[in-house]
Amino acid sequence: MGLKIDPDLWSDDPEPHLMGARLPSGEIVFPMPQGDAARDVEPYKLARKGRLWSWTTQGFLPKTPYEGPGSGPDEGPPDFVPFLLGYVELPGEVIVESRIVDARLEDLHLDMPLEFCIVAFNATHDTFAFRPVRANQSGEQAA
Amino acid sequence: MSESVYIIGAGIHPFGRTEERSGREQGVYAVREALKDAGLEWADMECAYGGSAAAGNADIMVNELGLTSLPFTNVANGCATGGSALVAAQQAIASGMYDLALAVGFDKHPRGAFNAKPADFGLPEWYGQTGMMLTTQFFALKIQRYMQLHAISRETLGRVAEKAFRNGAITPHAWRRSEIDLDTIMNAPMINDPLTKFMFCAPAEGGVALILASEKKVRELGAKGVKIAHIAVRTRPPDSFEVFQAGVSIKEGGKPTVLASKAAFEGAGMGPDDIEVAQLQDTESGAEIMHMAENGFCADGEQEEWLAKGWSERSGKLPINTDGGCLACGEPIGASGLRQVYENVEQLRGRAGERQVPGRGGTGPKTGYSHVYGAPGLSAVAILER
Repeated sequence: MGLKIDPDLWSDDPEPHLMGARLPSGEIVFPMPQGDAARDVEPYKLARKGRLWSWTTQGFLPKTPYEGPGSGPDEGPPDFVPFLLGYVELPGEVIVESRIVDARLEDLHLDMPLEFCIVAFNATHDTFAFRPVRANQSGEQAA
Repeated sequence: MSESVYIIGAGIHPFGRTEERSGREQGVYAVREALKDAGLEWADMECAYGGSAAAGNADIMVNELGLTSLPFTNVANGCATGGSALVAAQQAIASGMYDLALAVGFDKHPRGAFNAKPADFGLPEWYGQTGMMLTTQFFALKIQRYMQLHAISRETLGRVAEKAFRNGAITPHAWRRSEIDLDTIMNAPMINDPLTKFMFCAPAEGGVALILASEKKVRELGAKGVKIAHIAVRTRPPDSFEVFQAGVSIKEGGKPTVLASKAAFEGAGMGPDDIEVAQLQDTESGAEIMHMAENGFCADGEQEEWLAKGWSERSGKLPINTDGGCLACGEPIGASGLRQVYENVEQLRGRAGERQVPGRGGTGPKTGYSHVYGAPGLSAVAILER
């Protein structure tokens, strides 16, 4: 396990949760507001399961401040690893933008069930992602 | 806000790449073109508003244009820089304080996608570090969902780009001056699925200047011009889905484009059916498709038929992006919104040459609509009439 890309981005539970916030109005938001805007909000552990709201591929090396493969001083576009990303609707909470892992582009479809996970991001850091809910876990999901 | 405001001069520096000129020099070029068009001298200008996103302050242009002591306000409003400069110039005249005002926008960006800093947009660093802070992703994510919900095909995305390059090929100020066939567009490298390389516009260079005048001044000069029927600028309402959002509300919110469009139509006393030529923000193919509906020109899903039947071609019932839009012209942020207005001025004045559209009566369009959209969720609509 690497370092968290941001120490407050997900909880340290055995089954971690992405951290959002509950506003005084009751609305759930992501990410956690920063600075003065964070004063009246409560940290909120977001659901670990959701449904795919939209998706795309990242096919080229992003410019700074990207810190993933290909961004290093001796690296370049050939070192970049294309990835999938999308928005995941966490029912009754909020729609979050996330990497999508363990899936192929052609597998993705609207409302596809997904679950939260932590993945290696670069040599030093982990980040969060969502992956398809595996068939052998469907019993656990229903429980 | 009582005085009518007219655009009596329009100038452009060709978009694309001009190695030998700075962004600001391209702006100065555009101002000189606009002055020539209006038959005026720089010393006649009573006030000026302008800016760029990445090519420096506009007010330094007085070094080249002349030290006439006019008030020159720098505008820095991201993608709405040109639109905001136009609004400021319009208000200066509508208020009755001035009779002649300049709006100018220019830019010069490095190659490749824009790189934004998370902190500038109130976002945490991880959002940029992990590769999610890209405008191209937002547009792909928005059109991907839209295509699923409203049965828009990938081919329709391709047709938008094909039309843009067809129009750009006959537009002197466009950057991309060759047609690209549908197959090439569809089979080009994928940037962010479902959008290929030719479905995206690229950051570019260029400058546009417009000279605005009061009705009194128009009469005094015997000037030819087009009237600004209404301009509306709106920022995002609650629960909207915009560029650079790590989290989106589960409630379906409003859209800044819908708000700006409604306000502009209301202010102009017109509806979508009254518009004879339109320039809609086409950062990529999907944006033009979605903006057709958001601006009220068709219902969600009808774009499939529009593009298949050529209704938004120059010969169609509503020509859209007649100069090739951002796809063929590129996007110098500070100038892009003003380019759309420039194109409408040319179309309304019957000066658009090979790309001139006939309008409903066959004597050129009488109304023109322009729409710009950008980060962090803002939209500007200008309706012109003659």
